Amino acid sequence: MTYDERLQNVSVLGAAGKMGSGILLLTAVEMADRALLPENKGKTFVLNAIDVSDEGLAGLMNYLRVQVRKIAEKKTVWLRKMYADRDDLIENFDIIDEYIFDVMNIVRPTTAMGAAYGSTLVFEAVNENRALKVKLLSQIKQNNTKDVWFFTNTSSVPIHLIDEEAGLEGKVIGFHFYNPPAVQRLVELIRTDNTKDEVVEFAYEYAKNLKKVVVPSNDFAGFIGNGHFMRDGLHGIKEAEALAKEKNIPLYKAIYMINKVTQEYLIRPMGIFQLMDYVGIDVMKFILDVMNPFVKDEDLHSDLLDKMLEQGVKGGQYSSGAQKDGFLKYKGGKPVAVWDIHKQEYVDIDSFKDECDEMLGDLPDSAVAWKSTLRMKNKDEVFTRFFNDLKAMSTLGSQIAVNYGKRSKAIGEKLVSDKVAHSVDDVNTVMLTGFFHAYGPINNYFD
Amino acid sequence: MKKMRKKVYMTAGYNTISLGTGRREFNPKKPRPGIEHYIKEAGQGVLSQIGGAKNVDESVIGNFMAGRFNKQGHLDGFIPMIDTGLSMKPAVRVEGACASGGLSLVTGIRHILAETSDVVLSLGFEVQNTVKAIYGADILALAGWFQRRKTGHAYFFPGQFSDRAGAYYEKYGYERTRKGMARWYANAIENARLDPTAQEYHNTNPDPYGTALKMQPNGKKFVDHLTVLDCSKVSDAASGITICSEEGLKRIGVDKKDAVEVIGFGHAVRDITKDPTDLTELETIKFAAHQALENAGITIDQVGTVETHDCFSIAGILAVEALGLAAKGEGADYVAEGKTGRNSDLPFNTTGGLIGWGHPTGGTGVHQAVTIWQQLTGKAGKAQIEISPDRPYGLTINMGGDDVTVTSIVFKRAE
Repeated sequence: MTYDERLQNVSVLGAAGKMGSGILLLTAVEMADRALLPENKGKTFVLNAIDVSDEGLAGLMNYLRVQVRKIAEKKTVWLRKMYADRDDLIENFDIIDEYIFDVMNIVRPTTAMGAAYGSTLVFEAVNENRALKVKLLSQIKQNNTKDVWFFTNTSSVPIHLIDEEAGLEGKVIGFHFYNPPAVQRLVELIRTDNTKDEVVEFAYEYAKNLKKVVVPSNDFAGFIGNGHFMRDGLHGIKEAEALAKEKNIPLYKAIYMINKVTQEYLIRPMGIFQLMDYVGIDVMKFILDVMNPFVKDEDLHSDLLDKMLEQGVKGGQYSSGAQKDGFLKYKGGKPVAVWDIHKQEYVDIDSFKDECDEMLGDLPDSAVAWKSTLRMKNKDEVFTRFFNDLKAMSTLGSQIAVNYGKRSKAIGEKLVSDKVAHSVDDVNTVMLTGFFHAYGPINNYFD
Repeated sequence: MKKMRKKVYMTAGYNTISLGTGRREFNPKKPRPGIEHYIKEAGQGVLSQIGGAKNVDESVIGNFMAGRFNKQGHLDGFIPMIDTGLSMKPAVRVEGACASGGLSLVTGIRHILAETSDVVLSLGFEVQNTVKAIYGADILALAGWFQRRKTGHAYFFPGQFSDRAGAYYEKYGYERTRKGMARWYANAIENARLDPTAQEYHNTNPDPYGTALKMQPNGKKFVDHLTVLDCSKVSDAASGITICSEEGLKRIGVDKKDAVEVIGFGHAVRDITKDPTDLTELETIKFAAHQALENAGITIDQVGTVETHDCFSIAGILAVEALGLAAKGEGADYVAEGKTGRNSDLPFNTTGGLIGWGHPTGGTGVHQAVTIWQQLTGKAGKAQIEISPDRPYGLTINMGGDDVTVTSIVFKRAE
């Protein structure tokens, strides 16, 4: 079966979800583009968008229409060539509208699982719940009439377990997009010892056509991305708790301080508590619970996360993409208050900011904002100077930052020594591309 | 063309700002003023300098494609909206693609020559930021022959002038041409920074020449032979000016020293269904500009400043050649040597031209006349150049489509 033949009938499970909708969009566009090629004229391409929620599917179709237009507007030059033989399509307006129709015309939104029984490729993007994934995939495998391959978007469940428990016979691969899939360029690719080579080859070709950066990861719970982030997040929580105890200050102040240090002192796009909110406190706990049984020498668990969830504070995003309140409360995307776990209310950052900032001390003059480093050509030089300055200082902020940087490096190195990642470069690529860090965690800045 | 048998003057020019990318107040995500705002501001800006609407006999409004950019036709109906004093007076809308503004001017001039009016309010405008550039390209493509649209580039007009640039590179050399085009861009930016209404007024690039020279055309992202810096931007703006007879000038109470006289003009149209005979020549510009100079009875070496239609930098270079300032193939060198710069003997586009000031398609022709009026009467503010007594004339060249419709006017400060 050729690449195009395999793409002629595809299903996405959980298509209306945050990850599923992005995967559906990218796959629909890839399929439509293949359908436009001269050699595929007259062939039918079908993409089943399967989800439990009718409401979600209705929203998905709206999302698709808007996003496909944006995509079409960026490749109109190519589309004009593809539609050159259509005399009725003259202006960009006509051509873009036709392309939107062609993409939408491939997609079949449905709540019926049976639609996947005729597919040759199934993307799984349901909740991070091992039992659910296994149940759905085995059901499809048993009823499918074709030689079906499975791509799972799990961010933490080991693929070989899904393979074994669902009886997929090695025709499964971990294809882990980052959120949001339509924007984030990183994909973690996880094959098992049992994964067939042709599945891997197909996965690489598909990723290439989607212009994704592929980092292969070994099949360890959490893989590289969550392997690093979960531990980095837990470290942030521990640091905040220790700081509160040591300085005898309320935890919310310590959370503010650690968040500030991890953003401004470590030159990251957002502080660690904001990142945990972005991912979702509930999602984080889900992933930790999946990972924890598989790690022997550490306990990937946090009482604070449990407590937050008990108090109903979850983080995550609204369907509009706006940030929900979590450890921090947001206004216009910016943190304005911190959750006080004792009083169970948010405390305005303005009411204690000065006192905390004073405790942390000033940043050195060589400090740079994360955003300004995006296009910097002499990044390494700038970072070396700044982190050397930090190391030479004895302020509380600089000490926390340097320790944090060291810990982040240790986490990265452990992923390599535990053979989760194939190399130092792979760890750094995941953090640079998937988490938009300005520098990889495995570096010499903090030594 | 017949000699002008009557004196015609222009005065009381007014430009709105040219709004679009580059202006700090431009935010594509926020609502912006519509055509009503621009027509009103430019119209009232002129009326306030000529004693009000009561002094106006009739109006001409130039616009290219409000029918699609703004879904609005019947534009002469907006003239009385400017001031109730214009109600129940004649008004007409003219269209000749990007030469619509120039048509507004020559139509006004003809009204004066025909003695049907003594005071004409001439306006031109376009509000184009209503659609994204990829759709704007469709609308602007209507300045070409629609039967060529299917085979044209997604960005139709950049595609047309990219072909011209490509032909020029091939014939006369890539490097030297790119140097001329980069200098053209740098001049446009540097001049625009001197005019607060210009779209590039807020441009702070310390080295526009270096930036333009470094940027290479990339056919995969845009067109084969031009970069975005070789192109004028998408603009929302309107301009207005008063065209009047000797009697009209008296009626509106404007002193002659504050007016310019139209010494001569040219107006020519090429068959839109025919491809240009030579891609490296702007034959209609050449014809109309020489017609204007001849009509005025002067030669190009008596001209002290030119406003030419640089919708693309290559059009600026080809205009230099069309005017006979440089031989064919040497226009790029002429520009690269600084001979069109603001300190040269013959400065071009002193408030930035289409690339620097902006290109509100249907308004551009009128904007050019306003700039010449400002320069010749000493009203150009920081953009003011020195007009030497042996080069007292100003010249405008306004082009519609790919060298299809051209108007060209020779001005001199009134005496």
